Amino acid sequence: MPTIDLTNTTLRELNGALHKLSHESNETLWRVLNPRGLHSVAAGIDAPIQVEIEGHVGYYCAGMNQRAYVVVRGNAGQGVAENMMSGHVHVQGDASQAAGASGCGGLLVIDGNASARCGISMKGIDIVVKGSVGHLSAFMAQAGNLVVLGDAGEALGDSIYEAHLYVRGSVKGLGADCIEKPLKEHHKAELQKLLSAAGVNGSVDIGEFRRYGSARKLYHFHIDNVGSY
Amino acid sequence: MCGIAGIFLKDHSLEPKLGALLAGMLTPLSDRGPDSAGFAVYGEPAANHVKLTLRAPQGYDFERLLRAVGPTAVPPEVYDTHVVITIPDERQAAIVAQIDTMPDVSIVGQGTRMTMFKEVGRPEQVAKRFGLDRMSGTHAIGHTRMATESAVTTNGAHPFTTGPDQCLVHNGSLSNHNAVRRELQRNGLKFQTDNDSEVAAGFLTWKMGEGASLAQAMEASLGALDGFYTFVIGTESGFGVLRDPIACKPAVMAETERWVAFGTEYRALVDLPGIDSARVWEPEPAKVYFWERH
Amino acid sequence: MTAHDRWIHTPPRKSATFDDYSIAEIRRAAATGIYDIRGAGTKRKLPHFDDLLFLGASISRYPLEGYREKCATDVTIGARYAKKPITLKIPITIAGMSFGALSGPAKEALGRGASAVGTSTTTGDGGMTAEERQHSKTLVYQVLPSRYGMNPNDLRKADAIEVVVGQGAKPGGGGMLLGQKITKRVADMRRLPEGIDQRSACRHPDWTGPDDLEIKILELREITDWEKPVYVKVGASRPYYDTALAVKAGADAVVIDGMQGGTAATQDVFIENVGLPILSAIAPAVQALQDLGMHRQVQLIVSGGIRNGADVAKCLALGADAVSIGTAALIALGDNDPHLEDAYRALGTTAGAYDDWHEGRDPAGITTQDPRLSARLDPAIAGRKLANYLSVLTLEAQTIARSCGKSHVHNLEPEDLVALTVEAAAMARVPVAGTSWIPGKNG
Repeated sequence: MPTIDLTNTTLRELNGALHKLSHESNETLWRVLNPRGLHSVAAGIDAPIQVEIEGHVGYYCAGMNQRAYVVVRGNAGQGVAENMMSGHVHVQGDASQAAGASGCGGLLVIDGNASARCGISMKGIDIVVKGSVGHLSAFMAQAGNLVVLGDAGEALGDSIYEAHLYVRGSVKGLGADCIEKPLKEHHKAELQKLLSAAGVNGSVDIGEFRRYGSARKLYHFHIDNVGSY
Repeated sequence: MCGIAGIFLKDHSLEPKLGALLAGMLTPLSDRGPDSAGFAVYGEPAANHVKLTLRAPQGYDFERLLRAVGPTAVPPEVYDTHVVITIPDERQAAIVAQIDTMPDVSIVGQGTRMTMFKEVGRPEQVAKRFGLDRMSGTHAIGHTRMATESAVTTNGAHPFTTGPDQCLVHNGSLSNHNAVRRELQRNGLKFQTDNDSEVAAGFLTWKMGEGASLAQAMEASLGALDGFYTFVIGTESGFGVLRDPIACKPAVMAETERWVAFGTEYRALVDLPGIDSARVWEPEPAKVYFWERH
Repeated sequence: MTAHDRWIHTPPRKSATFDDYSIAEIRRAAATGIYDIRGAGTKRKLPHFDDLLFLGASISRYPLEGYREKCATDVTIGARYAKKPITLKIPITIAGMSFGALSGPAKEALGRGASAVGTSTTTGDGGMTAEERQHSKTLVYQVLPSRYGMNPNDLRKADAIEVVVGQGAKPGGGGMLLGQKITKRVADMRRLPEGIDQRSACRHPDWTGPDDLEIKILELREITDWEKPVYVKVGASRPYYDTALAVKAGADAVVIDGMQGGTAATQDVFIENVGLPILSAIAPAVQALQDLGMHRQVQLIVSGGIRNGADVAKCLALGADAVSIGTAALIALGDNDPHLEDAYRALGTTAGAYDDWHEGRDPAGITTQDPRLSARLDPAIAGRKLANYLSVLTLEAQTIARSCGKSHVHNLEPEDLVALTVEAAAMARVPVAGTSWIPGKNG
């Protein structure tokens, strides 16, 4: 179980080592100490390993992650798990803006709050935020699921495509073409699966969630929608 | 674009370390602001006196200037290209008029407690030149600059002073600053640069000159200034933070029982004492934040 | 009409301001309630390379013989930071154009043609296709605000990475692809519903500003183990500052695209009224590099309206390291070919004017997703045509360079040029022909 201390190992050495891992490697559990707000920690992993980061990270932690399980025992800066393809990223603190930006797959769990633009441009990632999310979350969200146990800020789901949004708390405002939609049984089942995967079990009443999604009025330009543009 | 650092001490015992703490915050922000740096330090006031921070070109003979100013109760302090003179309130107008006649000397800042320093160069070098790590005080704000649409000059470096004991640093890019500058010039304000940040500082000065409080002036700037910005503003008693409504530029705050700090990136805060147990959060967009000592 | 009437009757006079085109456009807007969308770059007449001339050898300068006395054309991009900089045989690359905007056969043809002469192609706002990677020996992978198709595997398969801040046709605008071109394959790559009009972001989702771009570039380098050159592309707007900031943000190369640069689709008003002609953008960009001591350390690639080898040579003389072509490459493949005139007439246009590429009905099979149309483009034949054209561009540039006494096209310099108009002289910062006057510099 390699332990890397970033006070005496460079980021390049850490990421280089993580990138060299093959699927046969036995080094499947890594600990990273003293990240102290460094950027791009554990970015670009493509291996079914577990990486535990002790402390706060800067931007783009676990950027473009594939197959790895990355745990941040602290806060994460801008763009955590941006463009993640698969795997699981767990931020135990808060996340800064653009968490999970353009993510295509995998699961991002944030125990604290996520900031503005959570799930911006998401393309299939699942994001579960146990706290609240800031304004313009799920902006241009194309696919995937965003689950928020707390509140959502202004302009939620602005210009949304086909992503599913579930919010338990209050929504300050909905963005262009984003409307509340009925929470049917199959949605509840999907939500239950996501909450279980995020380790939220039992204590939360699924019925308290509301579902939001695309009104699909902006899918083809029409002059009568000009106020939305 | 840039990096901003600010620190406000609640625990008086940290005051001798203020400069060292700020210097430690500026270094990690050098990547995003390599061109120049500046900072404002709020130190011990002298009753009925005002501090003027003056700047002159490298190698300037400060002795001549100080002889012209005359003896002062508090000795002047020379810091590389800058000098801080502490003069009685009643002599301020005359001395300022005198300095205005010296073409090579400019007044960087003035106030009862604020001293201000800025220069072109890597932030670590700038901090070293001025001996920031030996300065003490109650609060300080600093800035590392990556010039976007104006030249890399000392005048273009932040902070920009908005009035006595007041200064502003900025990370972002305003999009209507030229029109606002022209309007402010019509109202009598003078500008030294074509820098958008100087316009923001001028706007706050003008608003407060019209009777607004700093908080009101900051609120007004949300409507008057267009673009992307994070402002950190220093005043005699504390500091303020404001992000524009779209809030794309980063901003991180941290607080303990001993201090409140601001950094553009969390990296700037990592060496602050007690950071591991600090409350860390991000200021909300379009909301005026202010911390002051009473 | 009496003889008197004929004598006092004045001929009808059309307005230069409200010309036929403007009137028709107002009527179209009134009828439809939507702005006009089209492809290609600006169609206006602008100061351009035609306004510059070379000073060939005479008594004080001696030319090189053709063939025997070599005039080299190679260029290396990315040596600033990349472990594997790329070396191109010619200083002409193929600009980013998406699969989605272009058909599969068109992308394949571009790859074949570019590879045949030793240069690169670039993906576009839609991601990398397997065919493109297969057929392009050197492939530049774009990172755009939309992040359509973005994934680390393709990032690692690429030979270089191009972070796109904007393009010349629409600086400040995002991509646009209308429903008729969002086929199943395109939709799957972009993770969009089939057949809808794509709305695109104009800013990147996870960074804004050069200070954060610096961090983003570092992330891309970390993910690709610092192997690949990173370019930063902007539409020509504030070329001096944009170039300086790209350098400060850590770019290996800067790409500046003038308003003549084409697009698959955007609003006509955007194309015609936002951005700078490429001629006015090169000297400021080079100045920025020189002021930072980075000219030739960070490469400058320029694009927008490059048509012939003289244009190539002029860009290099002004200080660029390479040029990029888009529209010209499509024409070489067969776009707007007169032999399809009947089809163009049926679409309400004519060969040379067809620009409704967003409709996806291209009779040449290039800017369409309709398989019946794209089947008309034989990638091998079209690739051969592109290779021919690139070879001619290179030969023409070499001919001019030799006549100026240069053994490498990079040795062309601004002093080899003069301008025919005051505007061109001021923009390119070269003297008006027959004088020493550079408006704005020495008078």
